[in-house]
Amino acid sequence: MKKLLILSGKGGTGKTTTAAAFIGFAKAEAFADCDVDAPNLHLVIQMDSEPEQTAYYGSQKAMIQPEKCAGCGLCASACRFHAIRLEAGRYAVNEYACEGCGVCAHVCPQQAVTLEDDIAGTQTLYRGNRVFSTATLRMGRGNSGKLVTAVKTALTEAAPDKDLVIIDGSPGIGCPVIASISGVDLVLIVAEPSLSGISDMKRILKTAAILGTRAVVCVNKADVSLGNTEAIEQFCEAHDIPFVGRIPYDHQASVAINAGVSLADVPCPARDALQKVYAETMKQLQGGVA
Amino acid sequence: MKIAVLSGKGGTGKTFVSVNLAVAVQSATYIDCDVEEPNGNLFLKPENVTVTTVHTLLPDFDADKCNGCRKCVDFCRFNALAFIKGKPKVFPEVCHSCGGCVLVCPVGAVTEHGHPVGRIENGAYGDISVVTGVLNLGEASAVPVIRAALADGLTGKRHSIIDCPPGSGCPVLESVSVSDYCVLVAEPTAFGLHNLQMVVEMVKMLNKPCGIVNNKMEDPYEPLEDYCRQSGIPVLCRIPYSETLATLNAAAQIAYEHDESSRTLFDTLLRRVEAEVKP
Repeated sequence: MKKLLILSGKGGTGKTTTAAAFIGFAKAEAFADCDVDAPNLHLVIQMDSEPEQTAYYGSQKAMIQPEKCAGCGLCASACRFHAIRLEAGRYAVNEYACEGCGVCAHVCPQQAVTLEDDIAGTQTLYRGNRVFSTATLRMGRGNSGKLVTAVKTALTEAAPDKDLVIIDGSPGIGCPVIASISGVDLVLIVAEPSLSGISDMKRILKTAAILGTRAVVCVNKADVSLGNTEAIEQFCEAHDIPFVGRIPYDHQASVAINAGVSLADVPCPARDALQKVYAETMKQLQGGVA
Repeated sequence: MKIAVLSGKGGTGKTFVSVNLAVAVQSATYIDCDVEEPNGNLFLKPENVTVTTVHTLLPDFDADKCNGCRKCVDFCRFNALAFIKGKPKVFPEVCHSCGGCVLVCPVGAVTEHGHPVGRIENGAYGDISVVTGVLNLGEASAVPVIRAALADGLTGKRHSIIDCPPGSGCPVLESVSVSDYCVLVAEPTAFGLHNLQMVVEMVKMLNKPCGIVNNKMEDPYEPLEDYCRQSGIPVLCRIPYSETLATLNAAAQIAYEHDESSRTLFDTLLRRVEAEVKP
């Protein structure tokens, strides 16, 4: 099984459009959306089967029983996350700030604090010939990295013997991205030819390198700045990072999104360019060591 | 007034709106809370930058004092401590710095040291204070850096513009929680709409007043237009897709300073936001 992860650093460069196109080109039978903060892949992938939905439990959350609370405030001063506030003469836990460490329960002389299970999101799994694993984090919740790991685990358990897995990742370089990189064979970075896009690409490339994972780069909307596209190619060459192609800006990409279809099914210049990027990426994925 | 700019989906134009809004305000503080991928400083090119390091706390174990009781390991709910060869060992990447291990140790064997996770860059562009949070590569948690950036952003200028990270998780909540008003940047695609709905849910839960900026408009996307009408959230302005703006943005140029129509647009947006917040 080879696992390809699509990342970008900067948001909105075209990760999901690229992932949906690759899934179409490869006729992939196993794929996942690890952008649990803002999942969109399900909007452009048609599945035949009905999804199984399960609650995802994150960290527990502290609860203060008001009838036991003596109002001493020890919990509030011990909490490192500023999650306990005095509200109308009583101490209460802000569930959004609470990380479930249990320090408040430990210091409370009245045993007024309990730790309760908390649903931090919903996992969705489509089974059948094509397996698709995705999830939605409940807004404002932490634990996005753990949920990402759960999405990947659900996919590999439901589709243990597929040759290829395509994973749509999230923007940034933090918790969910680090969790998504773990265990993949190759990361495809969809870069954008802007100074912002270049800065963000460098940060995600370094992050992948720190985690010891190979990466290749393509540029989307390349014609928006041919100068910056050139600069990205040169950067890749100078750092021995395979450059797998340019994709032009194409209004058909948003037309495909709004029609709920993969760009693989819409004849247009961006599709043709993506098909070449796909072929190059697959060579790199199968090729092993860089 | 503190104005948070967020979008759910990445790449809809949060930094574009934040930077130009700050320039329209003139005496403003621009705070980049997208600490994983901060870009505002590429546009504002702040001068006289001072840098402070952001630390979180990690435990140290005094092997001479430790009696091997394992209370710290048992207490840690993040599995950040393991008992190896009779002594506790910390895994920094999963430690939440809650301090529980220090509290539960009966022999005072646990102390803490600062572990650098990022930095805050403070500089100025004209009368704009530019505060940039930068998360160190390989660090998982953006929240401590965001918290430090917001603390440094209380400069007493007329308005603070908070450029938020994408998504709808804890880093966004942290960035938005101190704001007085939220500008939601949408783009006319099914992706933009889906993620807009997620952040609308968040700002409503926080009881923050908000308005929508429709960016990169080519053809109107009817479901987005319908959503704006039905949700009752005001559309503050519509920014057409233009090659001029795309080119300026690619070169990290401030549209307000190079494009007459952008200047008008952001002056109008600023007046609109100010009017929305006044009772």
